[in-house]
Amino acid sequence: MKNFFRILFLVIIIIGFQHQTNAAEKIEYLKTDWSFKGLFGKFDRAALQRGYQVYTEVCASCHSMKYLSYRNLAEKGGPEFSEEQAKAIAASFEVKDGPNADGEMFIRPGKLSDKFVMPYENVKAAQAANGGAYPPDMSVLVKARGGGVDYIYSLLQGYEDPPAGFNLDDGVYYNKYMYGNKIKMANQLSDGLVEYSDRTIASVEQMSKDVTTFLMWAAEPHLEARHQMGFKAIVYLIILTTLVYFSMKRIWSRVETEV
Amino acid sequence: MSEKKTNRRDFLFTATYAVGAVGVGATVWPMIDQMNPDASVKALASTEVDVSSVNPGKTITVLWRGKPVFIRRRTEEEISEARSVSLNDLKHPEKDEDRAKDPQWLVMLGVCTHLGCVPLDQKGDYNGWFCPCHGSHYDTSGRIRKGPAPTNMEIPKYEFVDAKTIKIG
Amino acid sequence: MSDHEYTPKSKVGKWFNDRLPLLTLANHLTDYPTPKNLNYWWTFGGILTFCLITQIVTGLVLAMHYIAHADMAFDSVEHIMRDVNYGWLIRYIHANGASMFFLAVYIHIFRSLFYGSYKSPREIIWIIGIIIYLLMMAAAFMGYVLPWGQMSFWGATVITNLFSAIPLVGEGIVTWLWGGYSVDNPTLTRFFTLHYLIPFLILGLVVLHIWALHVPGNNNPVGIDIKKPSKDTVPFHPYIVIKDGFALLMFMIVFAFFVFYTPNILGHADNYIEADPLVTPAHIVPEWYLLPFYAILRSVPDKLLGVIAMLSAILILAALPWLDTSKIRSAVFRPLYRQFYWILVADVLILGYVGAMPAEGLYLLIARVATAYYFLHFLVVLPILGFKEKTLPIPLSITEPILGGSPNLATVKNKESLNK
Repeated sequence: MKNFFRILFLVIIIIGFQHQTNAAEKIEYLKTDWSFKGLFGKFDRAALQRGYQVYTEVCASCHSMKYLSYRNLAEKGGPEFSEEQAKAIAASFEVKDGPNADGEMFIRPGKLSDKFVMPYENVKAAQAANGGAYPPDMSVLVKARGGGVDYIYSLLQGYEDPPAGFNLDDGVYYNKYMYGNKIKMANQLSDGLVEYSDRTIASVEQMSKDVTTFLMWAAEPHLEARHQMGFKAIVYLIILTTLVYFSMKRIWSRVETEV
Repeated sequence: MSEKKTNRRDFLFTATYAVGAVGVGATVWPMIDQMNPDASVKALASTEVDVSSVNPGKTITVLWRGKPVFIRRRTEEEISEARSVSLNDLKHPEKDEDRAKDPQWLVMLGVCTHLGCVPLDQKGDYNGWFCPCHGSHYDTSGRIRKGPAPTNMEIPKYEFVDAKTIKIG
Repeated sequence: MSDHEYTPKSKVGKWFNDRLPLLTLANHLTDYPTPKNLNYWWTFGGILTFCLITQIVTGLVLAMHYIAHADMAFDSVEHIMRDVNYGWLIRYIHANGASMFFLAVYIHIFRSLFYGSYKSPREIIWIIGIIIYLLMMAAAFMGYVLPWGQMSFWGATVITNLFSAIPLVGEGIVTWLWGGYSVDNPTLTRFFTLHYLIPFLILGLVVLHIWALHVPGNNNPVGIDIKKPSKDTVPFHPYIVIKDGFALLMFMIVFAFFVFYTPNILGHADNYIEADPLVTPAHIVPEWYLLPFYAILRSVPDKLLGVIAMLSAILILAALPWLDTSKIRSAVFRPLYRQFYWILVADVLILGYVGAMPAEGLYLLIARVATAYYFLHFLVVLPILGFKEKTLPIPLSITEPILGGSPNLATVKNKESLNK
């Protein structure tokens, strides 16, 4: 048993190192209670559905989510829209398909199997439309930023007037949580910007939380399955370890040495 | 070592083995299941085809789930030929009425049921299809008449969305 | 126990065994006499075998879905994570498995350092082990390139550029490694090929490692040779099998915790950004298990000498059996060596820490001192210690009390624990 704690101790040291690695540039992010943290963490379905609404109505005009498909919206562990709702959402987008029998590309309504429609044809077009800055694809954005969900959540609420003497070029904005405090995305959220169908009040904080939850799911669509399986796996391992421990004691009782 | 033999029947050891075996099984399954069709493949289950330009006596071939699907607009002779065959003459008895709901249209997987080659259109002894790999002859309903193939060519799930569009799958 | 000639009982078994003595081998492995006083630090050999098999199996599975092409690698990894059945599980096991593999190998190496397992007659086992360790680093580095994220790309760029330090031919070698004028698709494809090959080389070397181990037999915490096999040893099966199994399960609990609850903590966020040859991430850091060597590399201000220092830090280990002049194996009976051992452990941890920090100011100074001490330990401390150190009296056998009465076996056992 002692050895187990020793190993654990080593592991903690290693994790500690990793944490300290990032500590250098770390600022205190805004905190909120995420439903998906912890051993049994699950997504808040309503928050995911609201988050999707914020994404489509606000973010999607610049940010792509190229690894998501409309079918994902109806999958287990996600926003869990009904199949019909997801089909309707997909059909509300125009998808370029083809070539048809005449060799021409054509536009048709989206299907469940389609990937999320991208706001720009390619990275260059996105840059050209956004003053040279590419709005990053948001499929795995949460995992691609050191602070994860807390960072995104804070950033969305981190717009402030720059301190006196802080020089900002045109098209650059001040954000408390951005690396170097300069961000090329203007503040997008304002109270009441979207109208939630479930009548939740769309405060900036609420929208930030909802859309961040949505992004977490987008980056980690199997998070719920992972937590569930993890709990089962660890309980199983503890049971088997206990059995093996007593079997070992029994076997080693034949020699006088202790294990 | 005789002690070992008596102990093996011990409940503790049996339980340990049993629980261990369950774990091994549970670990092996994901390694096997990963080779099954993934979520993106399953999502592509249906495809829609515009058949307005297909005239009687013509066949178009479309790809569905990576396999060819023959969509043939049959002529009157072909239909009567297919419907007049006695079920007793068939290796795999199936009525043409069951295979082609709308007698004009025959929609079937263009895959020989012998070993998976694609049969040739309008060839063979029965004016239907002929598989060049091992010589299976199919009639105008896609039913096996001669050769090594065991069953008729498969009819996929399909429906007419409107007068000119067929949805397969 | 294994002295007598083994003959299968059944006729078929005998017929087969006369032609291919697999049954003799199986019998040897089950009956293999193992010192009965091995502690849990000896279970990491088995754990490492498990790690290797896990990496090979999950790796084969991932290779069925991964696409080794610069335009598609990142996408195919996301495809594995999202669409492939249990793809997320298999990838997270593989990614965290690399870290667990290194965690186990470091414990295994430091166990060997503490109990003098590298000393005569086990030098070959040790050297094969060092080669395995080098191959592991190569495999891990190339594996990290495959997702084709920002850290993959820039890690590959930085590490391959190490070769440019070689005078005259350096630039040519780097271009040859890349198959172009920068890290690009040809580099990715060949790294994938090699990443696939190396684990099987390691597997072959593991067989040799174990073969070489089974010639003299295991070292043990007391560090003395087995006098009476019947008294001092137990057959490998079932005694060691069950004990290794128990330790492995403990290890798997930690492993599972990482895979299921913090699968990305050991990785770097930048690797979820697709590779971009135009932008270097703000901090380039290798994976944690390479940090000590990275610190050594950066602590030397000269490019070529830095690379030489880093390589020497690993290769010096191969000379260890001859640098350590002490006749006593186990640190249990070497009070002075024990102190230096722990200083070395601390030194390596410090190197790992500063390896993750920016190479400037105080960090750089610490890195230099720690690097100097690392070499001092092997080149000066160990050779001198062998002659100067006054060692404790050694027991006659691992089951019998020491000549002269004390300390008895119980206290010896207490002292074995690495955690004093």
